[in-house]
Amino acid sequence: MTEKILMKGNEAVAEAAIRAGCRHYFAYPITPQSELIEYMAKKMPKVGGTFLQAESEVAAINMVLGAAACGVRTMTSSSSPGISLKQEGISYIAASRLPAVIVNVQRGGPGLGNIAPMQCDYFQATRGGGHGDYYTPVLSPSTVQEFADMAPLAFEIAERYRTPVLILADGMLGQMMEPVVFPESYPPQRDPSDWALGCHKDRKENHIINTLFIDPNLLDSKTRILFEVYEEIKKNEVRFETYNLESRPKILVASTGTAARVVKSAIDALKEQGVEMGLFRPITLWPFPYDALHQAAAGVDKVITVELNMGQMEQDVRLALNGLCPTEFVGKAGGLVFTPEELADILRKKAS
Amino acid sequence: MKIVAKRTAGLTDARLHYCPGCLHGVAHRIIGEAMEELSIIDRTIGIAPVGCAVFAYNFFSCDMIQVPHGRAPAVATGIRRARPDCVVFTYQGDGDLAAIGTAETVHAANRNENISVFFINNAVYGMTGGQMAPTTLANMKATTAPYGRDVEDTGGPMRVCELLASLEKPYFITRVSLLSPKDILKAKKAVKRALAGNMEKKGFHFVEMISTCPTNWGMEPLKARQWARESMIPVFPLGVFKDREAEEKEAAS
Ligand SMILES: Cc1ncc(C[n+]2csc(CCOP(=O)(O)OP(=O)(O)O)c2C)c(N)n1
Repeated sequence: MTEKILMKGNEAVAEAAIRAGCRHYFAYPITPQSELIEYMAKKMPKVGGTFLQAESEVAAINMVLGAAACGVRTMTSSSSPGISLKQEGISYIAASRLPAVIVNVQRGGPGLGNIAPMQCDYFQATRGGGHGDYYTPVLSPSTVQEFADMAPLAFEIAERYRTPVLILADGMLGQMMEPVVFPESYPPQRDPSDWALGCHKDRKENHIINTLFIDPNLLDSKTRILFEVYEEIKKNEVRFETYNLESRPKILVASTGTAARVVKSAIDALKEQGVEMGLFRPITLWPFPYDALHQAAAGVDKVITVELNMGQMEQDVRLALNGLCPTEFVGKAGGLVFTPEELADILRKKAS
Repeated sequence: MKIVAKRTAGLTDARLHYCPGCLHGVAHRIIGEAMEELSIIDRTIGIAPVGCAVFAYNFFSCDMIQVPHGRAPAVATGIRRARPDCVVFTYQGDGDLAAIGTAETVHAANRNENISVFFINNAVYGMTGGQMAPTTLANMKATTAPYGRDVEDTGGPMRVCELLASLEKPYFITRVSLLSPKDILKAKKAVKRALAGNMEKKGFHFVEMISTCPTNWGMEPLKARQWARESMIPVFPLGVFKDREAEEKEAAS
């Protein structure tokens, strides 16, 4: 059954989540992710799952907190302004050590911004986002197929480390249609019976989920445990893709998500003009592939970061390079997206 | 020897941390007893709020979760959808339930979520030191209403039962008090009815309990109860505000 289905990114990730066993989805409508919530509204009742349109994103993430605390696969989705509202809940989910998946189909910001695709929530996504000392793993898809594949991956990571996981897409990926193949099998769910609410194998003690630690020493040790988990995640879960590095280019472009797609097309166009450039595409934005980027940049003249914002991932690129070579930034705000020709032009000028 | 009084199995052995004369302990006890009498301790999930009762996860002897300020009804919604055979209750103060969590309260009620909400109305924010609550009485002093609550400026005391009773779906809404032994017995009946209603998946059960906060009111416990009887009960009348079981019986007869 490796049938190809033409789907919007928003629908593909929803379908993949359901196939991966997600039966509890809570969300509030917002463009450009509404196809996702509408797909869930249509499909969840057919598979005996829960679809609930919450009264707000605040309520939706707290419903996810409740379901996650019971150890079931649960997910919410939204777009930038709604994700801001979810941050308190995400902080609690992280502190409670609960697995959950959050999809952000990013749009233009700040404020109400617009409904065009942007990558302007990079800082929010990769620096915890809410209050407190924590991170969430962040997956950045750049095709509809990859967007869909990230649903089961996100659940797997979420359960393995008991952490919320964020899929950071954008309006372009949410809205565009591409052929998708769904795998035949999905990662089995981990047994939550030693910690989840209302779920006990042999009941020796009650399950208590709590984020309050009045004693500073206790909060210190709880936070240290959290950061030991983060070290494991950094060891095991860093993902990235490189493109055209075999041509030994003197210019390396760092870009992720939708922007990286355009960069690939620009690199292909430049190749025909006799100019070689390479692409380094982080797939996990947290943990960021710092070491891999540093290695990929060995011997290049400069690294150019291309983003659909005013320069956010660029800071991680500079951390990765740590002065290894000069860097430049190319970006667009407002929800504007480069055309491949336009970007090839900009990159060629930067190369000379 | 006959045992005439003992701790309830619905509460743990942990020492309550509440101030002397505070009625949170009484509310805990009647909920614990109700769980025990209904034999549901092992299938109940309780939700601790942010407020004086934040440590409730140490006190109730069932599975417990402590959640963000005001969000208990939303978390309860997620829990009860994931564990439909469990009995789920929230335990919330007036700041938690009627200020920051108003939306979550109203919408959980409107959906007739199969949960019990135990609402402790002490007319102030206890935990943070006696600030004004949505339920603070007119002219009553609070640390953020040092000249007394000016209802022209800050609104009047919110009557949550009456608000929720205007909705079509919630199953059972009542206001009781914890001010005398007789009141406490009535309150326990209401609590037990709520949890039993959840066992039967009847829907949303809301029990408001008029309570006191001697510490922040600056009163001796007995004086606080007296004051609550004289000042709070007229504003927050006791009674049943919605009872769909009774409505259905009446419609059938
Ligand atoms: C988001 C957020 N805002 C504010 C607070 C601070 N805070 C803690 S408890 C509380 C009020 C609690 O009052 P109430 O709900 O009436 O319960 P009581 O303490 O009286 O039992 C406030 C404002 C918080 N913890 N989180």
